[in-house]
Amino acid sequence: MKYLDEFSDPDLARALLDQIHEATTGQWALMEVCGGQTHSIIRHGIDQLLPDGIEMIHGPGCPVCVTPLAVIDKALEIARRPEVIFCSFGDMLRVPGSRDDLFTIKSQGGDVRVVYSPLDALRIAQDEPEREVVFFGIGFETTAPANAMAVHQARRLGVGNFSLLVSHVLVPPAIEAIMESPSCRVQGFLAAGHVCSVMGTSEYPPLAQRYQVPIVVTGFEPLDLLEGIRRTVVQLEEGRHEVENAYPRAVPAEGNPAAKAMLEDVFEVTDRTWRGIGEIPRSGWRLSPRYADFDAERRFSVEGIDTAESAICRSGEVLQGLIKPPQCEAFGRECTPRNPLGATMVSSEGACAAYYAYRRLDLVEAG
Amino acid sequence: MSAGTQPSGGLDFEGWTCPLPLRHTPNVVMGHGGGGAMSAELVESLFVPGYGEAAATELGDAAVLPPVEGRLAFSTDSYVVKPMFFPGGSIGDLAVNGTVNDLAMVGARPLYLSTAYIVAEGTPMEQLGRVAEAVGRAALAAGVRLVTGDTKVVDHGSGDGVYINTAGVGVVPEGVELAASRMRPGDRVIVSGAIGVHGVAVMSCREGLEFGTTVESDSAALHGLVADVLATGGDVRVMRDPTRGGVSATLNELASASGTGVVLDERLLPVPAEVRDACGLLGLDPLQVANEGKLVAVVAAEDTDRVLKTMCAHPLGAEATVIGEVVADHPGVVVARTGIGGTRVMDMPIGEQLPRIC
Repeated sequence: MKYLDEFSDPDLARALLDQIHEATTGQWALMEVCGGQTHSIIRHGIDQLLPDGIEMIHGPGCPVCVTPLAVIDKALEIARRPEVIFCSFGDMLRVPGSRDDLFTIKSQGGDVRVVYSPLDALRIAQDEPEREVVFFGIGFETTAPANAMAVHQARRLGVGNFSLLVSHVLVPPAIEAIMESPSCRVQGFLAAGHVCSVMGTSEYPPLAQRYQVPIVVTGFEPLDLLEGIRRTVVQLEEGRHEVENAYPRAVPAEGNPAAKAMLEDVFEVTDRTWRGIGEIPRSGWRLSPRYADFDAERRFSVEGIDTAESAICRSGEVLQGLIKPPQCEAFGRECTPRNPLGATMVSSEGACAAYYAYRRLDLVEAG
Repeated sequence: MSAGTQPSGGLDFEGWTCPLPLRHTPNVVMGHGGGGAMSAELVESLFVPGYGEAAATELGDAAVLPPVEGRLAFSTDSYVVKPMFFPGGSIGDLAVNGTVNDLAMVGARPLYLSTAYIVAEGTPMEQLGRVAEAVGRAALAAGVRLVTGDTKVVDHGSGDGVYINTAGVGVVPEGVELAASRMRPGDRVIVSGAIGVHGVAVMSCREGLEFGTTVESDSAALHGLVADVLATGGDVRVMRDPTRGGVSATLNELASASGTGVVLDERLLPVPAEVRDACGLLGLDPLQVANEGKLVAVVAAEDTDRVLKTMCAHPLGAEATVIGEVVADHPGVVVARTGIGGTRVMDMPIGEQLPRIC
């Protein structure tokens, strides 16, 4: 596959690192928004190679991590039903609800299946018309178009036994919420490249202007991340705050018009609760009234489920970049990937899991 | 009650026997596991011809074996791979090679295997036949005899296709001592070839996950390669076959059991482009993906070149390479140096690998 080797080249990485070191004179706190970027930064050890003046703060862009406990509990309640085939991306299976997780439901006889696409779930619904097939539609603007397509197709083909449990969230309102927080330390953003490949870049210049922060659209391979960091630092050093696209091979300015049209047809903007952060106005999508029949919450009457979060888990502060995972008292003690208290420890894209998986050595050495 | 007749009125439990199901059935039925005529038929007409020359003349309940010189190695493993047939092999190959390799990893020359099947009612006879043939072929290739076995059939819905347990016996040559406790700082870690191939081959044809790939399972019996390595006289501390959990799980086990640390260089890892791409798409780490025809050997530094040369001369070790070394630091922890010069801890995979959402 092209682009994996080219964008991991050690010599080019070294050259970019040299440029970053050369450019950095001040102290800068940068946030990478997307969980995939966090994973890649820690996986490749990029943050260890940056100058002391640059701190990477890990943003709230892991869809598994920000899905509120109440939504997980709704999923578990639906998946428990004998008539239901509950389809999900693999990541969600181990996310603990208030009592169980989807793995437990599966071991108790629930029909929980990992799929790679919501369209696979739609196919299952067509193949098994006597069952109710529910797809767990979570994620950012990246996963939403395929979910929208599945619902659109279900309506067009009259697949009445298919529905979507929706908990979609949006990046720009999250950036806004972070910047509005009184404890915010973020001075520049690496915007999530794949979100922009769908939505384009037009939502970001007003944010860059209002909060006086550089926003650089950034990809996921090591060189993409280094280039995104380099451009953000150069802007900060020069006192600029503009939107730049450092991921043009995937991101056209206008995004993907076909995907946007599909999203507009199927979803409408709504307030959403983010796990560990709280409610952010107009920060998510729900099914529009035209598609209300495909809403699993309504079909299975689980709208009323409302669950409070763990008291000792500080994933909310991690998600807002206020603390690093090891600063949470439960990290690596009560809370490990095997026994996660919060979603940031569950998903491999979660900041806590990434620190646990790849940075345990620092902790071992620190005793 | 004779075959084919229907009960008239209530069942007479006193003299009741199961009505003999149809003998010429295209699918496995409960009767094939009942220990009666149908079970015998299955052995005579399916397993014995399927096993061919690898089968002992009598497949009885127990095998009586001639005395052997040396220490015995004994191992067992169960095989539940899904789907049963995948690019480059089947559950039959795995059931033989997996247990043969478990014996080989302690330095044993494998001699005998038992094969026990748990088959779901309704499994096509043709599939069971193909599995038996694969078992026979793999055993013949590995030079082991199939000396005893068993078949049980479970209700439709209680199982899924064919599950196989094999147990194996081998003999360990004089002087061979392979153990993690013998690992020392400075030792080199060798892998015998491309990693992640088997896992990707199986995933490529798993239901709901089908993707096009040219990757085929690396399933193979490794005792020949092991024998060549041991014959060099080089100080091989320990060997393992990195099956489930991949190279990552194996090295974590070794680090933990030996109380040493292991440092890997990611740039040295032999990951084929197809495996890396498939793992990239699925959100998996090639180091955690299963292998079925590879071994990891920890070798004293001064003997590494000799061992590596010998491995490379064997068809199953042609791409063998050093991937890291044993260190005194961070005991029990495996650390990888990343391609761009950072480091990361390589943790033991927790359970099943979960594909990432995006």
